Amino acid sequence: MSRKKNVVSEPALQSLQEAYVPTQEDFTFDTSIDIHTDRNYASVGFWKGVATRFFKNKRAVIGLVIIGISIFLALAGPYMNQYGYSDIQSVYDEETGNEVTARSLPPRIPWLHKLMTGEAYDDPFADRVFLFGTDSLGRDLWTRVWYGARVSLLIAFVTIFIDMIVGMTFGLVSGYFGGILDDFMQRFLEIANSIPRLVIVGVLATFMPKGIGLVIVALLLTEWIGMSKIARAEMLKNKEQEYIMASRTLGAGSGRIIFIDILPNTIGPIITQMMFSIPNAIFTEAFLSFVGVGIMLPQCSIGSLIEDGFNNITTLPYQIVPPILVLAFLMLAFNFVGDGLREALAPRIEDM
Amino acid sequence: MPADYSQEPILKVEHMKQYFKVSSSYTVKAVDDVSFDIYPGETYGLVGESGSGKTTVGRGIIRLYDPTDGRITFKGKDITGKMDRETTNLLRTKMQMIFQDPMASLNPRKKIGDIIGEGLDIHQMYSTQEERKEKIDRILAKVGLAAEHYDRYPYQFSGGQRQRVGIARALIMNPELIIADECISALDVSIQAQVVNLMKDIQEETGTAYLFIAHDLSMVKYISDRIGVLHLGRMLETGTTQEIFSNPMHPYTRSLLSAIPVPDPATEKERIALEYHYETSGLNYDEGSLTLVGGSHYVHGTPQEIETWKRETQA
Amino acid sequence: MADKILDIRNLDITFTTTAGPVHAIRGVNMDLERGETVAVVGESGSGKSVVMKTAMGILAGNAEINSGEIHFRYKEDDGSTQDVDILQKDERWIRKNINGRRIAMIFQDPMTSLDPTMTIGKQLMEGMIMHLKLSAQEAAARAVKLLEEVGITDPAKRMKQYPHQLSGGMRQRVVIAMAISCNPDLLICDEPTTALDVTIQAKILELIKRLQKDHGISVIYITHDLGVVAKVADYVNVMYAGKIVEVGNIEEIFYDPKHPYTWGLLSAMPDLETDDSRLYTIPGSPPNLLHEVKGDAFAPRNQYALKIDTIAEPPMFKISETHYAATWLLDERAPKVEMPQELQKRIRRMRKEAKEDAG
Repeated sequence: MSRKKNVVSEPALQSLQEAYVPTQEDFTFDTSIDIHTDRNYASVGFWKGVATRFFKNKRAVIGLVIIGISIFLALAGPYMNQYGYSDIQSVYDEETGNEVTARSLPPRIPWLHKLMTGEAYDDPFADRVFLFGTDSLGRDLWTRVWYGARVSLLIAFVTIFIDMIVGMTFGLVSGYFGGILDDFMQRFLEIANSIPRLVIVGVLATFMPKGIGLVIVALLLTEWIGMSKIARAEMLKNKEQEYIMASRTLGAGSGRIIFIDILPNTIGPIITQMMFSIPNAIFTEAFLSFVGVGIMLPQCSIGSLIEDGFNNITTLPYQIVPPILVLAFLMLAFNFVGDGLREALAPRIEDM
Repeated sequence: MPADYSQEPILKVEHMKQYFKVSSSYTVKAVDDVSFDIYPGETYGLVGESGSGKTTVGRGIIRLYDPTDGRITFKGKDITGKMDRETTNLLRTKMQMIFQDPMASLNPRKKIGDIIGEGLDIHQMYSTQEERKEKIDRILAKVGLAAEHYDRYPYQFSGGQRQRVGIARALIMNPELIIADECISALDVSIQAQVVNLMKDIQEETGTAYLFIAHDLSMVKYISDRIGVLHLGRMLETGTTQEIFSNPMHPYTRSLLSAIPVPDPATEKERIALEYHYETSGLNYDEGSLTLVGGSHYVHGTPQEIETWKRETQA
Repeated sequence: MADKILDIRNLDITFTTTAGPVHAIRGVNMDLERGETVAVVGESGSGKSVVMKTAMGILAGNAEINSGEIHFRYKEDDGSTQDVDILQKDERWIRKNINGRRIAMIFQDPMTSLDPTMTIGKQLMEGMIMHLKLSAQEAAARAVKLLEEVGITDPAKRMKQYPHQLSGGMRQRVVIAMAISCNPDLLICDEPTTALDVTIQAKILELIKRLQKDHGISVIYITHDLGVVAKVADYVNVMYAGKIVEVGNIEEIFYDPKHPYTWGLLSAMPDLETDDSRLYTIPGSPPNLLHEVKGDAFAPRNQYALKIDTIAEPPMFKISETHYAATWLLDERAPKVEMPQELQKRIRRMRKEAKEDAG
């Protein structure tokens, strides 16, 4: 039984051969190739791959842009006009001889108003720009919103950074040693986790002055738990891996294994968790300020501004809009970035 | 350098037991009374299917686990129980391991150079950074990798290349015993041969001994001087490669041998593998014991069983 | 009678990755006659699985097919013969008519094909109810019969068990029963035994062979293990870096290989008589297909590399009606190169044994 199998017609190759006519010289051994040293490797570095995947993700990029703009405005926004965040804007009215404060003005841009209505404002503040308007005491809301955003972001970054270090160490140690120590540490964590945040705040408020300090301590006491759970899970996943066994057979001690070998491998999930914790911290701060145990006047944060606006929501609804929008955008943006990072750090096989 | 049987064994495993307590009423006897020796420069092949306990034996010897019972002596020092500092250092430098999964055995966040140099770092085996780099470069070249691989990360390499890195990591410590735990089973056949060749070259040059743990008998035969067959945590048969392959006695060994695939269509198309199931074999491993049947050939069984097998194999 | 069931022409596939385009399949031709067994041999990364996934229409989303045709001929239920180009069909059509129905696939790890939360019986019946429109009772009866056929004892009891209650070998048998449950025309086995113990490996291969004969199924094996190939295949395709470098029937590939890569593959596997101190192996590692290959992709690992190898890609040289190899060594102007000594010795020995067996 003879059959034609695999009759190959390869036009591409034929054309290639036509293009190049080999000489007899070409059919001698090529001794220039060193076959005994293997020089192959894939060229893309890990973080470069992560970055490529991250920036391909539209939502993550939008999130990153929003965060960037927010941070920029939180730093520079308050200096974009002549008002201080606690200055009450007033004008001396010569006609009445009274000091007139700029209480509860709606947003105004004089030249735009003139352009649209053909008339200038008819009040003592006709030449002033209040992009977001003023609050009920006559302070510029633009300045206060960005100043508040700065305070909120600062609180969030500082607490989350400390929480990361505390939570990560706790989780890594607990997961690595296991056994009784792990049991003990996990029970402690469960108890800590079971106390409602409001109770913690209530207790703290009895012996701590209200203000930024209280908010930070309240966040420190609660946010590290999530971090430590992630770190412990990563430790449990990594410590049975062969590369850790290899370190142990080389005589590596516990400290080296935890902090030099395993820690860098948990960084991805930890950063992702941070991205999700930051909006949580901002929101918690806003909530505490909203219920009145957070930032004290005349300082402000996103939360205290929302509280102010909420008090006047029926009469002056525009006051609550800017801080709420900033809060919403920040929360959304951090979540987008967190999602983007998580996907970029754990690539699907087909992307590799 | 061939195996040197005139010297004391470099490793002596006596009645090793490794039990894992799953619950208060259930204990897995992963390794049950296993004994063997390895001589300097020798390759001892340990074969068995998954669940036979062969990996546990390797890990128990290098003290990734604490053996439940038995005595393990390495270079004359007892390495069971609590070890003093000197013994620990001896164990962690002169005994090394090559792992099974080339994807999991290299730290994904470390550079190749630092992975290979980890042992040097831990045991402070250099005085200057230049000396460290030079040592690592020399090892890279020895395992057939290029110096420019030093700064690369594991995921940039193929399985065979990673396994070379794993070998380099062990080799840089100048070990006298390397435990190779299924170190080729995750690789393509063509790459397996590369790695085995490399291991043989290293042995010739440095005189290191190997405990070669595998389930693939053809490579085991090719690399090993002596072989031990492990099943359900028991050593069923041990002897020189010649003895095991020319005169396999235990039915389990015979089924393993009959299953070896051969790259020859004429024989392979005809070959029918023997079957062996412990449950239906009528054997009870608890009753038998390891018995010398000639030369250095030991078989596990009761006297009657061994008599029967002797008759069977001679017929 | 030429009754080709599968005919792959000039298949060319590029993957888009974050690192850049990877030219994974570079012009592959392959065909398979009804009832026969073809093995595709190559290292991981050679593209052997990609070709088969393309034939199944289950290619990853980032793959782009630059050119090619995959003709699949099968008998419709009414008896008419259909000839389709799978690459022209949409996903839904393929899922309904091809996947699990006319082409079935067995993977290396049986757990990738089994749902851990479903009983064996349910999983077996699912495909039959969907594709063959059987009633639940009919499907259950057939499932029991299938389990029996693949050598599972006490099938009625096993039907109610979950995958984790079975051993690895048993699971693979269940997967095989699932694969043949809808009477496929073609079975693709992707490293079906690599994850199993040696003693079980042979049994599984013997099972597939028996089923193939009983049901008249054509089989494609994807493997890097020439022991498997020797046991099962009629024809062999050796693949390297996205191309087929040598094809031939089983005797031609094992007893008269022409491509240095095939030499390497063959001699890398020691048979039980090998006592040389070193195995002849292929040095290095397969090329990274991110970089476009110039000339012969195998040249950097080839100890017989010619100067022409770095300039032009070798065409398929014809050795016999069924035997082709892509290496410049076969060009009449090339120096005469013999295969390595060890391999020659082994082939002589194997041939002698084969003759003795025949005589």
